Amino acid sequence: MVEFLQFTLSGIAFGMIYAAVALSLVLIWRGTRVLNFAQGGMAMFTTFVAIEVIYRTGSYWTGFVTALAAGLVLGVVCQLTVIRPTMNKPPLNAVIVTIGLLILIEGLAGIFFGGQYRSFPTAFSQTGLRIGGTPLGVSRYDVFVAAAVLVVTLALAAAFRYTSAGLRMRAAAFNATIARLSGIRVARVLTVGWGLAGLLGALAGVLVSPSTFLYPNSMDTIFVYGFTAAVIGGLDSPLGAVVGGLLLGLALSYSGGYLHNGSNLVPVVALVILVVVLMVRPGGLFSATQVRRV
Amino acid sequence: MTMHTLPRRLGLAVVTAVIVWFLSVRLDTFRDFQIAQVAVYVPAVAGLTVLTGLSGQISLGNGAFMAIGAYATALLLLHLNWPFVAALVASAAVTAVAGGIVGVAAARLRGPYLAGLTLLLGVALPSLAFAYQGVFGADQGLSVTFTTPAFLGATFPLTRWQAWVSTVVALVTLVLLANLCYSRIGRNWRAVRDDEVAAALDGVNVAVTRTLAFVVSAVCAGLAGSLLAIVTSLVAPGAYTITLSIALLTAAVIGGLGSLPGALWGSLLIVLLPTYVTDVATSHGLSSSVGSNIPIAAYGAVLILVMLAFPQGIQGGLRRLLTLFTGPDAKTRIPGDAPAPHVTPQADEAPASQTEKEGTS
Amino acid sequence: MSSAAAGQDTSPALAVEDLVAGYGGVIALDRVSITAGTAAITAVLGANGAGKTTLLRAVSGMVRPRRGRVLLGGADLAGRSPEQMVRAGVAHVPEGQGVIPELTVEENLRVGMMSWPPRARRTERTAALDEAYGRFQPLADRRRKLAATLSGGERQMLVIARALLARPRVLLLDEPSLGLAPRVMAQVMDLVVQLSREHGLTIVLVEQNARSALAIADHGVVLNLGRVVASADAATLAADVALRHHYLGF
Repeated sequence: MVEFLQFTLSGIAFGMIYAAVALSLVLIWRGTRVLNFAQGGMAMFTTFVAIEVIYRTGSYWTGFVTALAAGLVLGVVCQLTVIRPTMNKPPLNAVIVTIGLLILIEGLAGIFFGGQYRSFPTAFSQTGLRIGGTPLGVSRYDVFVAAAVLVVTLALAAAFRYTSAGLRMRAAAFNATIARLSGIRVARVLTVGWGLAGLLGALAGVLVSPSTFLYPNSMDTIFVYGFTAAVIGGLDSPLGAVVGGLLLGLALSYSGGYLHNGSNLVPVVALVILVVVLMVRPGGLFSATQVRRV
Repeated sequence: MTMHTLPRRLGLAVVTAVIVWFLSVRLDTFRDFQIAQVAVYVPAVAGLTVLTGLSGQISLGNGAFMAIGAYATALLLLHLNWPFVAALVASAAVTAVAGGIVGVAAARLRGPYLAGLTLLLGVALPSLAFAYQGVFGADQGLSVTFTTPAFLGATFPLTRWQAWVSTVVALVTLVLLANLCYSRIGRNWRAVRDDEVAAALDGVNVAVTRTLAFVVSAVCAGLAGSLLAIVTSLVAPGAYTITLSIALLTAAVIGGLGSLPGALWGSLLIVLLPTYVTDVATSHGLSSSVGSNIPIAAYGAVLILVMLAFPQGIQGGLRRLLTLFTGPDAKTRIPGDAPAPHVTPQADEAPASQTEKEGTS
Repeated sequence: MSSAAAGQDTSPALAVEDLVAGYGGVIALDRVSITAGTAAITAVLGANGAGKTTLLRAVSGMVRPRRGRVLLGGADLAGRSPEQMVRAGVAHVPEGQGVIPELTVEENLRVGMMSWPPRARRTERTAALDEAYGRFQPLADRRRKLAATLSGGERQMLVIARALLARPRVLLLDEPSLGLAPRVMAQVMDLVVQLSREHGLTIVLVEQNARSALAIADHGVVLNLGRVVASADAATLAADVALRHHYLGF
């Protein structure tokens, strides 16, 4: 029973990380119809920036905030320089460009920050919490991770629904032509979208790096599972991203813990889940039921 | 010059074979190895470019099919001592089945959902090698023995033989693919890619057509995997990671999506570019951390620049160059002219700056 | 050729001179010149493919003209982007796709105000919304519902209301009656007349249904294969039987 609780809580913690990555992918997909393969790499890079700031200033929170700001800037810069030229070209071009961006960023990280594994500090203790004498399987830090993602997600959702800027982004995503004819500067909106996605990715990177150590490829697996979570939830649905992330986090935690040979079979379990979901709902769990064919 | 007829294709294949033979004899062992490497990638990239360019289905997991072909070949050679050709054919059959299974699962998926499925496939399948170490040999993998046949004599360099075998398989694959592309099957692929509803109304079985494309691309990848097994004499999971699948896709798009010559350009690029950049870096004597990462960063930069400069890939760029000299070719479609596959959902959902601006080309 | 709407200012609010525009290798407009009188309704007629939609797109900025001028109050705005054109006072209601179905009615309307200067006060915007609801009762009844739930006629109403919220001087309407039942079509046409007569809006109306367009228009222009083949006041065009048969289908 205790084991089950541990796996559950740990699954939620990781699930929130996948949700953050999934959200950033959904944000970019909804706004620009681009699959950003560089999302994980961008998150890794901003986390390296954070760690350098932390070393120099000794303050975790300064590093934390710098990472988020760097994510915002990096997202904007990437969209303006490299993504915008692909906007009216065949869609796979943007995919290859983001792949190239990923490789470039990982190479640059190796050059600037070195390739060794670095440990990333936390602001909260990572020792397991207990109720009475029973270990819960999560630490204060894990609670912080879940809370941080939740807060940011809710804030974004509220901003989208209730602010004028959010309406602008939604209108641009649903129908760019009408948006432009109504005076919305869609190009600017797309750039902001990438900036927000960069911020979300940076958040995911900073939150997960204490567990995974930090090195140029450290976010690759997180990205794959984040992408899977986004697909499970439906790439047009932010809610789907969160649900997909939690679902995946829990499933992977249980299978890693309970299955014989579990840790090696985790990717296979993820694949099975994905296949099952997509067989039933080819557009993800939260996709619209009608598929408009004309 | 179009490749509409079989004699023309065979002729081109023969000419290419002669050129490769000539190069393999004149160049040194390392170059022979590179020829073999390129020839290994060509079938895989060609199968993928047909799948994604002609049939409109993106796949980020064809490296998994290469792994299946490679492991099947290794196991057959190791445990049953089959001759290579038999192992090659059997591995192709196994991979075809795998491709059929994936194709059926993928038949209803579009765009990014298909991408997600194939991405996870590319990640998950190699992990089976670790899960069942007894069979697959885990990290160290399985070693493959491949020797030159007796009739060539004892001093014949193995690398040259590997280059020859790979080249022959690659060329045969290309000719067969070209035949398919110009056949009714190829037309069905393009029809389904361009307008599923219209194709269905025309009597085309969309699901079968799409699944068939997956089977074909899987078989091509499987053949490439078998070749990789004998060229590197080893089948280990480290060679079949997601990086491989992504490299295949990159090669297909940069070479020119949907274009068989493009598969050649792409394969050349992904084999020769990293070596070249590494050479340049080491010749400048850079420190190991910086030096080993510069090729990586440069490779990424090149991908971006080529994609921005040649949106239709290298083959598209070459064609435009050609029309500068010969004038616009009013002739219609050979596979290389494939328009973009539908990674995006149907037109009415596309939100990006889609207003028609004159002058953007 | 200026319009002749009696009692109104005769200088054109919108004029297009020698406009050339097209897509890729195809020329859709071949040196087209048209004027739209202030506060008048100018109908643009012709068969499918005549270039009517391209004309509106070239004016609103969706398509960049290759040559020619687009004069708004005398200033040449050819080649500006749609975001700029709507701020200059040109609102374009494109054919077919108008409403954003995933947004509510009120959100659709708010989108119409996105061209306002950012400093405009909330009270101004609320007042404008109230005015729109006052004029279009069905929209008020459904303000919080998704636009997807509206009927065809209500959607057209929403789309025009949204365009009006941009406070345009010139309104470009592309086939507003398309797909609507005859009774609803008549209501839309009545609305168009009202906008021009009571509110002084300059309207350029593209319509397949030439008869009903000429019934409400002050001036008409007939396009064929990207060229102007006739330009006269509406009554004259309607009386020209040969012209009607040849180009307008009635």
